[in-house]
Amino acid sequence: MIGDWIDIGWVDEIPVRGSRTVQVADGDDIAVFRTGDGAVFAMLDRCPHKGGRLSQGIVHGGAVACPLHNWRISLSTGEALGDDKGCTPTIPVKISGNRVLLCRTSTLKAAA
Amino acid sequence: MKHQPIQPAGEDRRDHLVVIGNGMAGCRAVEELLARDPTRYRVTIFGAEPHVNYNRIMLSPVLAGEKTFEQIVINDHAWYATNAIELIAGDPVDSIDRAAQTVTARSGRTVHYDRLLIATGSDPFIIPVPGKDLPGVIGFRDMKDVDHMLAAAGRGGDAVVIGGGLLGLEAAHGLSLRGMKVTVLHIMPTLMERQLDEAAGWLLKSALEARGQTILTGADTAEIVGSDAVEGVRLKDGTLIPASLVVMAVGIRPSVALARAAGLAVGRGIQVDDHMVTSDPAVLAVGECVEHDGNVYGLVAPLWDMCRALADGLVDAPSGYRGSVTSTKLKVSGIDVFSAGDFSGGAGAEDIVLRDASRGVYKRVVVRDDRIVGAVLYGDTADGGWYFDLLKRGADISDMRDMLIFGQSFASGGGQADPKAAVAALSDDAEICGCNGVTKGQVVSCIAKGAHSLDAVRGTCKASASCGSCTGLVETLLALTLGDEVEAGPKTMCKCTSFGHDDVRREIVAQDMRAIPEVMQKLHWSTPDGCSSCRPALNYYLLCALPGIYIDDQQSRFVNERLHANIQKDGTYSVVPRMWGGLTSPKELRAIADVVEKFNAPMVKVTGGQRLDIFGIKKEDLPAVWADLNAAGMVSGHAYGKSLRTVKTCVGSEWCRFGTQDSTGLGVKIERMTWGSWMPHKFKIAVSGCPRNCAEATIKDFGIVCVDSGYELHVGGNGGIKVRATDFLCKVTTEEEAMHYCAAFIQLYREEARYLERTAPWIERVGVVYLRERIADDEAGRDALAARFHHAQSFSQEDPWAARVEGAEREHHAPMARFTPHRAAVLEGIDA
Repeated sequence: MIGDWIDIGWVDEIPVRGSRTVQVADGDDIAVFRTGDGAVFAMLDRCPHKGGRLSQGIVHGGAVACPLHNWRISLSTGEALGDDKGCTPTIPVKISGNRVLLCRTSTLKAAA
Repeated sequence: MKHQPIQPAGEDRRDHLVVIGNGMAGCRAVEELLARDPTRYRVTIFGAEPHVNYNRIMLSPVLAGEKTFEQIVINDHAWYATNAIELIAGDPVDSIDRAAQTVTARSGRTVHYDRLLIATGSDPFIIPVPGKDLPGVIGFRDMKDVDHMLAAAGRGGDAVVIGGGLLGLEAAHGLSLRGMKVTVLHIMPTLMERQLDEAAGWLLKSALEARGQTILTGADTAEIVGSDAVEGVRLKDGTLIPASLVVMAVGIRPSVALARAAGLAVGRGIQVDDHMVTSDPAVLAVGECVEHDGNVYGLVAPLWDMCRALADGLVDAPSGYRGSVTSTKLKVSGIDVFSAGDFSGGAGAEDIVLRDASRGVYKRVVVRDDRIVGAVLYGDTADGGWYFDLLKRGADISDMRDMLIFGQSFASGGGQADPKAAVAALSDDAEICGCNGVTKGQVVSCIAKGAHSLDAVRGTCKASASCGSCTGLVETLLALTLGDEVEAGPKTMCKCTSFGHDDVRREIVAQDMRAIPEVMQKLHWSTPDGCSSCRPALNYYLLCALPGIYIDDQQSRFVNERLHANIQKDGTYSVVPRMWGGLTSPKELRAIADVVEKFNAPMVKVTGGQRLDIFGIKKEDLPAVWADLNAAGMVSGHAYGKSLRTVKTCVGSEWCRFGTQDSTGLGVKIERMTWGSWMPHKFKIAVSGCPRNCAEATIKDFGIVCVDSGYELHVGGNGGIKVRATDFLCKVTTEEEAMHYCAAFIQLYREEARYLERTAPWIERVGVVYLRERIADDEAGRDALAARFHHAQSFSQEDPWAARVEGAEREHHAPMARFTPHRAAVLEGIDA
């Protein structure tokens, strides 16, 4: 832990165009994504539609497609794209020396 | 006894408009009214059928299995609720009391009206021959008739359709696709003689016969024979045609009984003036039940004009209906026929004809006094809308006469085939969508108001929302209205590319492409790394083209194929171990029972494919579950993949007194041969030991029915939303041949079907004749296909569970970290 940031591991542990999860005790999982161009994003692992596990979706461009009903969620804003309406809470991410850091306050708030 | 009329609800003192008929005309009239003044009338609609308003002209695609009932609903319950319309469905109106201004329905319910609208449509005409009332003799008019035909098709056998007009041919096409042996009886020498000339009728007849229908023209029905139910049709020349189903589609008659009993003026239909008002000023009528200016109409397009005039009158802004010119399109997939106006020739009429035998095209435009009066198009109907527009406008075509027959792009000048220019040249009141009566002007204004995508246009003005045949036109209008922001083009794989599936596949092989990014680069993908539609498709195409060379991209696979289990709505997974041919053993059952208890699985279910499905497994427990199942000798059942699912068997000759061959043993061998193969879509096999077919082989992608003399091979069946029975491929005599043909068929499907296209739609697209040519008739080709399949299988028959138990793809199961905020050691890193 570095200040208000939680160190969750190496960037390389997240597959490119894929994701991993962070379990929060007594809370919901957080999904951490890595896009094709190497950017890392984090958000609550719940689709705003029916609660699908976004971490299990296909990552393309800056979005992920929910595995349950193919809603596309923007990785940077958490907003549903296209004609769908809904938003998943996002968590600020910092990369420091190839370590992935999540904002502690946002993580606790999102997972609660 | 007389029921009390129901009083208007509460303080609602608005005029009460009661509509008899919840069909296309009645509801469209109400829609037009609401568009003009949503509050003026309180509206009640009576419908004889127990449904919301659906698109009756789309019953043919429902019968053919191309649409579901839900897809042809025009106004759902929400529409009635939102507009405060009371719908009384399934309760037909039996009488009208014009003096008291009430209608009474069959249930006894009586309702008072201020204005009454009769939209009862028409009834099928039943020819008065002996046997016409036998069970199994039906019309083709409503959803009940379709259900009846589907049930009959489910039992198979012979069907006779009486009537070779539009409706009869669409019924015959649907029944034929559903697996019935269909004979069409038409009393005239030419099919659709009211819409087609002899040449086009002949082309149509040949095309339908090539699809397996029997077409008898000049066939005069004498009687329908049968004792308790229909057994056949006898013609006047003595011919007897067996049939378990007879569809009467010889024509329709306006449904006027109710109006006549009420004393309204009735000729061939209910007589109305230009404002759709009957002989009683309080009573209006619209649609196929009316007679206007001596004409009755049996097509959908005039409804739209009538409903506009009607609504204008209801809000005191009368416009007046002036009659309609009609055009016709046949909804038989793959056969394009268009006809409009008068093509019977006559004094002063000249024909301009174009034939292109190699393309199967016939076009004929009839011109009188430099104006188009009729058109018949077969094989290429793209210019139908343009000819129809010129016809309706009475446009002078003298200066483009020489080019007229080549179509709009040539005749409009330039000689350049520019579809955009063609659409741009259409007038604003040219009809774009015939199903929903939407003009070019309406589509353009809908786009201008913000509908910037095909879906948005479909959702707003309903153009292209029914049969979809005008999709290209709507896309062109989007492009014309919005500039190059929206590009029209052929049906593409997804929004990331302008290429279709077949183009992409061909280029992958032709250019020897080896990776997804390479495909995206060389084919100019518009997105950096595709989308969730194209990535799995490209991954499959490469995997199929390059067995043993291409490295499967896990990030381009849907979660189920990545985790080798089925995701459930609560985020847990279900696990199905393979049970070869549906056989199991005490050891396997014990292992499954142990897994269920050890991992607290809340449910175990026997699947439709004769397997056991263990539900409620957590993602991180999956490798441990697989380890336990592997230890008992079980491997992945691939119940989650676009892959070989299961081989279902019956017990066969080893146990069953009817069994003709060892169906169980053959099923196990086939499953051992085919498991692990990736396909365009899921693929199911079954082997039945005798024609009683207990393994349901005739609704599988590949089905074997054993008979005394060998093995009947069936292809292209499925259950699901659209049930489809298989087509018979061929018969072979040995087990080895059955397996060989199976391998060849699967490989052909793997190589030529589009991703997410099951065998049923694929076969409907390419035709079973083509499959017979490739599999049954071409021995060398068959051997080569089977060899390619076995080569591919040598790389794919590796249990994905075993590999993952040993640690492969661990990052897909284990969390990256666990975070416990209230403990001192806040974070527990987990090595991947």
